[in-house]
Amino acid sequence: MYIIIVGAGKIGYYLTKHLLSAGHEVAVIEKNAKKVETIINDLGGVAIQGDGSDAGPMVEAGMNRADIVVAATGDDEDNLIICQMAKKKFGVKRTIARINNPKNEHIFAVLGIDSTVSYVDALVAQIEREIPAHSLIHLLRLRDVGASFIEKQVPAGSPVIGMPMHEITFPDQFLLALIIRNGKALIPKGTTTLEEGDQVIAVTVLEYEDHLDRLFRGELVKKR
Amino acid sequence: MKIIILGCGRVGTHLAQNMDAAGHDVTVIDRNRESFARLGSNYGGKMILGTGIDEDVLRKAGIEDADAFIAVTNGDNTNAMAAQIAQHVFYVPRVVARLYDPIRQETYRLLGLDTVCSTVMGAERIREMVGA
Repeated sequence: MYIIIVGAGKIGYYLTKHLLSAGHEVAVIEKNAKKVETIINDLGGVAIQGDGSDAGPMVEAGMNRADIVVAATGDDEDNLIICQMAKKKFGVKRTIARINNPKNEHIFAVLGIDSTVSYVDALVAQIEREIPAHSLIHLLRLRDVGASFIEKQVPAGSPVIGMPMHEITFPDQFLLALIIRNGKALIPKGTTTLEEGDQVIAVTVLEYEDHLDRLFRGELVKKR
Repeated sequence: MKIIILGCGRVGTHLAQNMDAAGHDVTVIDRNRESFARLGSNYGGKMILGTGIDEDVLRKAGIEDADAFIAVTNGDNTNAMAAQIAQHVFYVPRVVARLYDPIRQETYRLLGLDTVCSTVMGAERIREMVGA
């Protein structure tokens, strides 16, 4: 495949290196002479110096026979125009735009650039996967004795909301020790109900740490 | 008419002052606060600080009910992108983008943009004046 990359910053550089080693034909268009020199020294004569949104360097790079064009500069307006020129003027079928401001993803879609990569969005999604909105907080882990104190908020929509404790089956080595509701501590009894937004603190052996999650998912409710 | 001008350089300033004096509702957008000083004390229109390719900045400038949008920053690609946002996201009835680079004019025409290439216009006018 013939792939043209516009912009030889860190992303353009490593993308070029990777694609070359994967056996593709690659050309890089870059404004900055120093960056062009780095590419040529490190990766071979695959870089062209010029403004990647000008027709001249695009013709020189053989844009009309490119299978894919990747616009990877740090400026969204340049990346948009590069992709639009590649499509409209040179008939390139596949264009991929790097998006620096996540807000622009919608604009790019409206303007016909469907394939976009937003690093900020990707990082945010990854962080959200790693840290769920109502995460389990380890207050204290007593590794020597294999126990821990954990805290978690009762999430909206949990099936245990409004349910009294005596309707729930807890494992032996698990104690629901404290509920913090509206800033006040509450030691739960059999008749105490769980409410949305309660901070629940439990004492448990390490192997039952996931039981707060299971409790909130309604998996520990006694079968009637 | 409600007119938004993106870019408070020489051309933007000239347009803003003239259209404001002619009684139009003018808003100028620029990303440098100092640029607004060019408008002078007689200018009675609005000034919005921010980048013209940001939907929120454009909304703040009142693009949703603007009659015309003029992109005259010193960046051709910024003008082209902002003009396309005005045209295809906010459906502004009249949109004009200024370009420096004549090579790009053809591409922008392909994109359906009304463009003015000041380089070509200037050169043609000079040629006329010389009579060659």
